[in-house]
Amino acid sequence: MKFVLNMHMNPAVWESLTEDERNEVMNGHSTFMETVTASGEMIMTQALADPSQSAVVRVRGGRPVVTDGPYLEAKEYLGGFYLIDCETRERAFELAALIPDAKVEGMGIEVRPVMFSAGRLDV
Amino acid sequence: MTAGEHATEDLLRELAPQVLGVLVRRHGRFEECEDAVQEAVLAAVVQWPAEGVPDNPRGWLVTIASRRLVDQARSDSARRAREVRVVAQETGPEVPDVDDTLALLFLCCHASLTPASQTALTLRAVGGLTTAEIAHAFLVPEATMAARISRAKQRVRAAGSRFAMPAPHEWQERLDVVLHVLYLIFNEGYTATSGGDLHRTDLSHEAVRLTRTVHRRLPEDGEVAGLLALMLLTDARRAARVTPSGDLVPLADQDRALWDGDLIAEGVALVTEAMGPGAMSPGVDSRVDLVTGAMERPPLGPYRLQAAIAATHASAERAEDTDWRQVHVLYRILERVAPNPMVTLNRAIALAEIEGPEAGLGLLATLDGDDRMAGHHRLHAVRAHLLEKTGDLASAREHYGRAARGTASLAERRYLESRARRLRAPADPPAQEDVT
Repeated sequence: MKFVLNMHMNPAVWESLTEDERNEVMNGHSTFMETVTASGEMIMTQALADPSQSAVVRVRGGRPVVTDGPYLEAKEYLGGFYLIDCETRERAFELAALIPDAKVEGMGIEVRPVMFSAGRLDV
Repeated sequence: MTAGEHATEDLLRELAPQVLGVLVRRHGRFEECEDAVQEAVLAAVVQWPAEGVPDNPRGWLVTIASRRLVDQARSDSARRAREVRVVAQETGPEVPDVDDTLALLFLCCHASLTPASQTALTLRAVGGLTTAEIAHAFLVPEATMAARISRAKQRVRAAGSRFAMPAPHEWQERLDVVLHVLYLIFNEGYTATSGGDLHRTDLSHEAVRLTRTVHRRLPEDGEVAGLLALMLLTDARRAARVTPSGDLVPLADQDRALWDGDLIAEGVALVTEAMGPGAMSPGVDSRVDLVTGAMERPPLGPYRLQAAIAATHASAERAEDTDWRQVHVLYRILERVAPNPMVTLNRAIALAEIEGPEAGLGLLATLDGDDRMAGHHRLHAVRAHLLEKTGDLASAREHYGRAARGTASLAERRYLESRARRLRAPADPPAQEDVT
């Protein structure tokens, strides 16, 4: 079963962390990646740029209209995700709990099942 | 791919487990032998189409794989002692053993492994598929599958699993795991029918091929025969199960002319035989009577019973000809043999056909307190289906909607949404038709 483990970022929470706490989260990702890669559960991961770098494209009257900024203005945004393939939903929860962000007060990992996959994943 | 290349691949996949058996018996060390055979198979894929299939393809593979083993041992100086042993054994006699494939299956389906690992290892070591092919079939990167297989092999070694037939006292338990793995492989292939990329590593066909192999070696085992029959009867409906655009078609609406008659005949014959002598004689109205057989030769296992249910459906020329009483009785026996809320759910459908939708809904109500079913989309879907039959369209629509939100299958969600849309009250604005 494939799951996306979404890491929601709250900048207010992130900025309140000390340098050491931030480093712990960052380093924790290396450990997590090693664990899920060795177990044969890791498919890929992506970290996303700050939403201030986003733009939203809408086609209106047959013409694309581009506006700067995120789709939704919110206190939290998607900071990145892991795509994993594991045995059960419970195992996905176990893996999500290993992601360092899950331990930070005010942050959590969203576990979401994948319905359809396409495209090459080997690159 | 040419016919010659297909023939080469079929031959290689037939030979791969035999060659692995020879190597493991000679050298032990399943892990390294498995790698060596995989490399020999890859070498054959490259060389045979160009240079022709050797006169003794099995001997060729054994020789190449043995050399790989030696190369591996040489490349690691710390293993020099082992190298001497490998070389000494290289010229040993080749002991053919028909049970190699079975012994390998037991090894790959070791209880210390998770089902996903058992599946991957079985496909590689017994099915002769490459890691890339297995990865492709499961839609994961090759590196992910390679890690999974490598970890599975380490586990097998750590668990001290041996390349041998299980002892009599654990035979049944170990065989059940093997059959479950074959069943999982089949289902993975069967449910993943959408998507245009029909790779040759069709998992359903691979599962059927492996199950046939097991059936040839254990012809007396009714559950093996039952599983094979279940696969054939399910596979027979493949062409009718989805529309060309990928939409699911429920059993009752399938065009039965699209069902594969040869597969049905083989599956029905297999399950009739496996259900026992009572099933061989036609029932009162000359339909296959699988219930009498079921009564006469206990103990029956779940695969035979599920195959018997599939055979009952397959024997009906039209949906309305379905012998729902027989289906219902078979589900009742299945409920007793292998209690599972999913079985009760299916029995509710059969019961509704015999006694009306209210009776089916009554049986569904008994599942509401079951934690294993709480909020399961199949429960919502069946309830919606039965509510629709009672004429309570508003509730039916609501439950189709819940089922649609609960499923993790895109094809199923589309089907359930279309059912819900169909029940839209006349007062609502007309549903916008899907362009697809």
